[in-house]
Amino acid sequence: MATAFAYLWALLHAESQWAVGGLLLLAVLVMFGLRRLRWGEPLGATASASPRVLGVGCALGVLALAAAFHNVHFALLLVCTVLLYAVVCLGLNIQFGYAGVVNFAGAAFFGVGSYTAATLATHTALPHALVLLAGGAVAAAIGSLLIWPVLRTRGHYAALVTIAFGILFKSFLEVNDTLGGPQGLRIPGLNLFGWKLGDGFELAGIEISFYANYVLLSLVLCLAAFVFVRRIERSWIGLAMDMIRTDEVAAAVFGVGIARWKVLAFTFGNFLAGLAGAVYGMMTGYVAPNNFTFADSLILVSILILGGIGNPWGILPAATIVLILPEKFQFIQEYRFLLYALLVIFILLFRPDGLLPRTVRDYFPGRAPKDAA
Amino acid sequence: MGLDILSQYVVNTLMLGMIYAMVAVGFTLFFGVLDVIQFSHGDVLMLGGFTALASYLGASAAGIANPWLLLAIMLLASTAVTAALGAFVARFLVLPLKNAPPLNTLLVTLMFGLAVREAVRLFYPNGSNPKPFPRLLPDTSFTLGTLALRADSLMLLAAGLVVVVGVHLLITRTKLGLAIRAVAQDGETARVMGIDFQRVVLLTFGLGSALAAMAGVMNGLYYNEINFGLGLLLGVIGFSAAILGGLGNFLGAILGGFLFAALQTFGAVVLPMVAPAITSAYKDVFAFTMVILLMAWKPTGLIAERSSERV
Repeated sequence: MATAFAYLWALLHAESQWAVGGLLLLAVLVMFGLRRLRWGEPLGATASASPRVLGVGCALGVLALAAAFHNVHFALLLVCTVLLYAVVCLGLNIQFGYAGVVNFAGAAFFGVGSYTAATLATHTALPHALVLLAGGAVAAAIGSLLIWPVLRTRGHYAALVTIAFGILFKSFLEVNDTLGGPQGLRIPGLNLFGWKLGDGFELAGIEISFYANYVLLSLVLCLAAFVFVRRIERSWIGLAMDMIRTDEVAAAVFGVGIARWKVLAFTFGNFLAGLAGAVYGMMTGYVAPNNFTFADSLILVSILILGGIGNPWGILPAATIVLILPEKFQFIQEYRFLLYALLVIFILLFRPDGLLPRTVRDYFPGRAPKDAA
Repeated sequence: MGLDILSQYVVNTLMLGMIYAMVAVGFTLFFGVLDVIQFSHGDVLMLGGFTALASYLGASAAGIANPWLLLAIMLLASTAVTAALGAFVARFLVLPLKNAPPLNTLLVTLMFGLAVREAVRLFYPNGSNPKPFPRLLPDTSFTLGTLALRADSLMLLAAGLVVVVGVHLLITRTKLGLAIRAVAQDGETARVMGIDFQRVVLLTFGLGSALAAMAGVMNGLYYNEINFGLGLLLGVIGFSAAILGGLGNFLGAILGGFLFAALQTFGAVVLPMVAPAITSAYKDVFAFTMVILLMAWKPTGLIAERSSERV
């Protein structure tokens, strides 16, 4: 755990391309070594036995990272982006991974959140906490309109509706002048209950970047979303959603209301995307249609696939890889869509479960199977 | 509105409808034989357009100046490249995932489309900017009463009609068409009857993708411009058209293509007259909204699938 975050620190710190390359090589070697020495399995077992420790460890790790980079704007911005994208992917995970509702407009819902936040924060005096929630709520509302045709159909049609919405959304933004057109809108910084997140501050004489505030906020959001998603997965709601994904007919026969759970999954997921979008928009201070293209939606889906669809644990490492690598390796920045597209194709062909595959549902956590010994 | 403007809108709609119909026929063919959606189809089309452009540049550099010969070379090169690419997609991306969840097939083709798009943007010289497409057809216009009609539009329309009718005849009248229809109806039984399943699937994907290349060339000749992002929009439009008509249905796809073009023209022309706040820039927004509404109304398309599995 500590090693992983120390590694991340080094990666974020590394300036030259060579250092980044060396660190990557190191990571690959360590992974390979772990597999050869079979240390991976006990590690994985410990991790799954005590998920709480792992979660707290992750949160502490992020805090440690934030502390280490307290005045480096760019590194903190990256950490924030990873956390917020993780929130969106957690939302997509409910849709793709549990209920099996496809959504290829993740970036569009993210954008709905940003634009809602931008409009409300500039034109009304609504408290910003409500603005963030409104971002999520509007995304969820648009999503629930969109799911209406999806419910009557299945499979490919849902894909079409969401793709059409993603493209429609971007072209709408580009031609709509009240929403800034292609140039986008500026957003004032976030102000939560009198706490101005947009201002840096000094703590015990040390200057701290304003992004540190956003790291805290995103971390809280991400943790809340994670706990929420895990709770859903573990509850009977998750069970019903799993059933719908694997076999709709069987689920309907057993009296599971298919439409209800699909709508719920879609709404939850889009709410998370909108919320994250609102925070992201207010953090970067400006929104533009070009941040919410169809390719960005596909990037979100590739994070999900890379991490292992249906497994919330996989999202954080996957988001880290997908978002931080291109920033660090400048020469792949230009090629990132191409690389990720190829990566996802290979994953789907050769390792369809992703980096951290979802494990079989553990019905009685903490109780070892009797015949295991 | 004058009659000549009206006729221009009609020709434009027919032209767009023809291009969309050709793309939609590809979707419908693929769906017929394998029950999959090939989401990279639009990008295959775009690649076809770029291949045509590259072969045009190559051929003119080699000293060929006859526009008809150039056009033939372009068509030959682009259909060959896209047919090979379509067969490649079927062989290495779609068939290996035949038993995987449908979501995986969808994702693989989506990602392949993204890869093709990005590859053209990055590796075609200066590929991220729109490219001028050569104007090869005679651009004389002749008048019919009070109507002024451009010869190139009419030629493109006629060519599109010939291609679509040709494919229709190929599917309904030839032995290969019979095999395609057999596989579409029931792959297992077709195999028992001695049809080489994989060969038919690859040929179908090649055929559909070659159609896409022709649509790409038509699109280029009509607009005299081509850019790497055109495949995404055309692909989604073609897919919408195929679904509007009813997936797996040849005539439905053509109907859907013209319907979508009509919706777009309606959005661009009639809406701004009715409601001045809505400018013609909203035509795609309007068309896609209508598609979503139409799907909510008739989920199986206007001409229903033969066998539809719905819960």
